[in-house]
Amino acid sequence: MTATGPDRVPGPEPEGFAFEERPRLLEGVRAYGLIVAMWVRSTMTYRASFVMTTLGNLAATAFDFVAILLMFTHVDALGGYTLPEIALLYGVSATAFGLTDLLLGSVDRLGRRVRDGTLDTLLVRPVPVLAQVAADRFALRRAGRIIQGLAVLGYALLTLDIAWTPLKVVMLPLMVVTGAAVFGAVFVGGAAFQFVAQDASEVQSSFTYGGTTLLQYPPTIFAKDLVRGVTFVVPLAFVSWLPALYVLGREYPLDLPQWVAFLPPAVAAGCWALAGLAWRAGLRAYRSTGS
Amino acid sequence: MRLYAVVAAGSFRRYATYRTATAAGVFTNTVFGFILAYTYTALWAERPQLGGYDTSQALTYVWLGQALLMACAMMGGGFEDELMERIRTGDIAVDLYRPADLQLWWLAGDLGRAVFHLLGRGVAPMFLGALAFDLALPGSLWTWLAFLVSVLLGLVVSFAVRYLVALSAFWLLDGAGAMQVAWLMGMFFSGMLLPLNLFPGLLGEVARMLPWSSLLQVPADVLLGKHTGWGLVEVYAFQGGWAVALLLAGRLLQRVATRRVVVQGG
Repeated sequence: MTATGPDRVPGPEPEGFAFEERPRLLEGVRAYGLIVAMWVRSTMTYRASFVMTTLGNLAATAFDFVAILLMFTHVDALGGYTLPEIALLYGVSATAFGLTDLLLGSVDRLGRRVRDGTLDTLLVRPVPVLAQVAADRFALRRAGRIIQGLAVLGYALLTLDIAWTPLKVVMLPLMVVTGAAVFGAVFVGGAAFQFVAQDASEVQSSFTYGGTTLLQYPPTIFAKDLVRGVTFVVPLAFVSWLPALYVLGREYPLDLPQWVAFLPPAVAAGCWALAGLAWRAGLRAYRSTGS
Repeated sequence: MRLYAVVAAGSFRRYATYRTATAAGVFTNTVFGFILAYTYTALWAERPQLGGYDTSQALTYVWLGQALLMACAMMGGGFEDELMERIRTGDIAVDLYRPADLQLWWLAGDLGRAVFHLLGRGVAPMFLGALAFDLALPGSLWTWLAFLVSVLLGLVVSFAVRYLVALSAFWLLDGAGAMQVAWLMGMFFSGMLLPLNLFPGLLGEVARMLPWSSLLQVPADVLLGKHTGWGLVEVYAFQGGWAVALLLAGRLLQRVATRRVVVQGG
């Protein structure tokens, strides 16, 4: 069977379609909200278990910052950056990624759904497939990562000596949100890739989890080619490096001009356009296993 | 004995079936290897000889960590999910009825899986790491053999810990929380985050005494030639001691646990 789900449109929707009055995006968001609410309710049935797994998630993600702290028991600077400066990079990257992981983290299960055939169930429902895949098994415990990221970010803001300007103040929340959007596009693009390579979800992990790990360290420690790659190919540098270096008043990698720090919203929009195209192409190419 | 060899071989083949997944895993291990290698380079540029390693030894440590990560199931992915599920559903009763030793059966299966991951997801990232960075790999065949023995002992220790935790499902029914704690301990105390000889003071001393140091820190130091002669015998005794103690503890817990099994009909 080929994809015949609602994501297949452009084109007029079939007559008698229950949701035809509403715009598709709104419909997707509404469906997403409903599915998420259902999963949250089901999670809250076992409150103790929820608290424990959230704490576990928090601890697990805190480990990479513990590693940085342990490193700083031996050195005063890493790649020319002090601990509070690295904490800012870390906090922005971890919070942005945590938001994406909470909202869209489930899409990396797409490959499994393709393999075991359960994706077909989603295709016949009158709700955008992406909304269903993203909300599926919504895990509120992933908020642990956001809490941890915000804690490190708070520590950085308390210890850093920054000459705040209104622009820098605005930049802070903006880069967390746009950063999350860039990560989100990577998640969706990776999921689209899983239509083709069904059991290659780890490739996606290396861009998402690997990306956030990379951004937690200053760009000065990485090889130029790697920095070029995450600036121009998979534009993760726009998540935290470029805007955060503006806030810190640090030099940009690759001698980039100062205005690139203001590009993240445009970059995020571009990434989503590409991810959307990839998703549609993937969905269209989907062949059911028939099982 | 033949039975367990067959179980191990079957498990090896089972994991060998997932070729795309293995290739994707190699990609991930390589990406993380690169990221960590650069952070270690920056760290050792500030403090050469940190923890008694020079830069190329530190880089070797990074790639070794990536090579052993899946084999030692430091972040999960071993037999434990399956065993806990069998305990939860009661299928374990069937296993107990089989004319095979439960612990040895799962050990054989887990070793088969580990050997596959060592070859499938260990060798390739290590090779790529050696191409991109200057690694301190030993030239002597004996050092490699000594290293492999240490890895094998580490695999058994890793199994023994996870077996103990999986058995907790007899009491907890849902052992996911216990398993998560075990993985966190494994990540932290194996030296996967940072070599244990960089841990400060008492924390470092305790970390080096715990069983998890057998998974990465000890094999890495054997490969880097830090343990030779009697020193090698000593670390083998350390790893072997933990392996035997934890396996025995597993047997004991298993005996207590199986008394609790109530077979329900239907």
